[in-house]
Amino acid sequence: MSGLDLARDAAPLVAIRDLAVRFNGVPALRGVDLHVARGEAVGLVGESGSGKSVTWLAALGLLPGSAAISGSVTLEGTQLLGAPAEILDRTRGGRVAMIFQDPASALNPVLTIGRQIGEALALHRGLSGRENAAEARRLLELVGIPDAGRRLSAYPHEFSGGQNQRVMIAMALAGGPDLLVADEPTTALDATIQSQILNLIGEIRRETGMALVLISHDLGVVAETCDRIAVMYAGRIVEEAPADQLFLAPRHPYTRGLIGALPPIEGARRRLVAIPGTVPDPRAMPPGCAFAPRCTQAHAACDRIAPALEIIGPGRRVACLAETAGRGSAPTEVAAE
Amino acid sequence: MTAPLVYAEGLTRTYAMRRGLFSRPVAVRAVDGVTLAIAPGETLGLVGESGSGKSTAGRMLLGLETPDRGFVRFDGRPMPPPGGAPWRALRARAQMVFQDPLGALDRRLPIATQVREPLDIHGIGDPALRGGRVRELLGAVGLSADHGRRYPFELSGGQRQRAVIARALATRPDLLVCDEPVSALDVSIQAQVVNLLIDLQAGLGLAMLFISHDLRVVRQISRRVAVMYLGRIVEEGEADDLFAAPGHPYTEALVSASPAPGGRAGRRIVLKGDPPNPAARPSGCAFHPRCPVAEIRCRVEVPVLRPAGPGRQVACHRVAESPVADLRGAA
Repeated sequence: MSGLDLARDAAPLVAIRDLAVRFNGVPALRGVDLHVARGEAVGLVGESGSGKSVTWLAALGLLPGSAAISGSVTLEGTQLLGAPAEILDRTRGGRVAMIFQDPASALNPVLTIGRQIGEALALHRGLSGRENAAEARRLLELVGIPDAGRRLSAYPHEFSGGQNQRVMIAMALAGGPDLLVADEPTTALDATIQSQILNLIGEIRRETGMALVLISHDLGVVAETCDRIAVMYAGRIVEEAPADQLFLAPRHPYTRGLIGALPPIEGARRRLVAIPGTVPDPRAMPPGCAFAPRCTQAHAACDRIAPALEIIGPGRRVACLAETAGRGSAPTEVAAE
Repeated sequence: MTAPLVYAEGLTRTYAMRRGLFSRPVAVRAVDGVTLAIAPGETLGLVGESGSGKSTAGRMLLGLETPDRGFVRFDGRPMPPPGGAPWRALRARAQMVFQDPLGALDRRLPIATQVREPLDIHGIGDPALRGGRVRELLGAVGLSADHGRRYPFELSGGQRQRAVIARALATRPDLLVCDEPVSALDVSIQAQVVNLLIDLQAGLGLAMLFISHDLRVVRQISRRVAVMYLGRIVEEGEADDLFAAPGHPYTEALVSASPAPGGRAGRRIVLKGDPPNPAARPSGCAFHPRCPVAEIRCRVEVPVLRPAGPGRQVACHRVAESPVADLRGAA
């Protein structure tokens, strides 16, 4: 896919540069660089608190005013951080749509589904009356709700969790977005329904050429849906690679740890390699690499120097002293971040 | 097989559920004729989606809920009615670990006090020596005495679940029912707790019912696995064998829906339709509206669990008449 070679990718759809977020002085995001090319599917994996959701909430101006945000987020060259309301209003739901883990709480319980999809259509496409209703019905059919015409007058509680997520996807599609940011879209759903939703997102991407950012804690879900994957740890991207390469040859010890911690579904059973310890407290981050206290390969330098995310091959970046600076032999260069 | 530690036959449990504020209550059969046996020291994995009845089955196995039909025998004796002294004595021998450790712990008490509580309640050991036993239990789950002095909110999710496990082990139970014990934990922490459960199970010779929707974790921890769909067991077999060659079309869809990192497997079977609703159970085989290989008889005839190969039982008309391999080729 396009966008694999970051260095040459001149005009990404979305470019996030050195994005940092603090809540009441506590860092949640500590310098994130990420590009999304047109039509590309990028996966963002990491454990709770790693900053995968905050990255996109910050990028789209959806964080509360108490969050201190710095860095740059551009959509085809237009700066979004601190942008005036009219630019953000046109972007959110129009150019970039977002869906969340819990569709039931994202929908208004006292309005019909048709009304809510219609609202998005009026807002982003200026449709009204019969045209609006016809388009709402088409979208509901597109996302695979049977008997769409009649179901438009139903309320969210009359739908199952999977169907509500379909409705959310229909609303997200109302603005004809260039990018869909899906934040754990299948985490609350059963396995067989998760398959349905992932399939649906894949079909829609094939039809519309829409780019996708899939945020998930589930390596398997991301692996099978995305072209490229970025792994986040403690507010930073620690590794980025094409999906197949990430799993065949992970370079960051944390990525290797995540893969080793996953029980195999076939073949011989092996003892799981658990990552020792827990994620660092954001109020007391380790001075060097945030993963160093849990890393089995950490060197003395790792406790002092925070590694930068460096290019190590086509489409591959890693933030690890052992991987980028020849086992920490040239730490001073790395330190000049 | 040795005499089972716990044996349940024909367990059935019906709830009354109201769908709306003014509608009449509907009878919902959460568990419908489930038969299970767990030998001492053995782990049985119980797999299913929400509404499959796997948690209700687990609660009946522990005697926390009384079946409407069927019975549970623990160590050869019938499960005593809940509330009485014999039932309480049995509680010490069979313990439960839930998904949400924060909900299972008392926020106002230090961890060590909570781990000690079952010892006090069941009057186990000399009160003066209970402190030592608590330290031993905390140590067994990888927590320090310092952790014991803390309150639940001062521990991470993984540490809390360790505390819950320590408390469950306090009475030296023979059976542990774990209901989604690692589902709320991050992957790296999940592996720690899974390893811990495997070690404890082997070291203490615990029998375990491991309830989860996560096939990978279930396979890692269980020797035998039963798959539930709408209150019934649709397939049961040896864990490795069952996941490598599922017999029931539902098991096959579940296995294919557990994506493998390392490439797009592409063999994913996407089932039609909504998740099963226990309040509107389809006729015949409850799986037939979503089944890719259903035929006419599946709509009318309920398939029973029948032997299908070594150590395997499958409730499917198609499996009964054609070898498992043929069926999987057609799907």
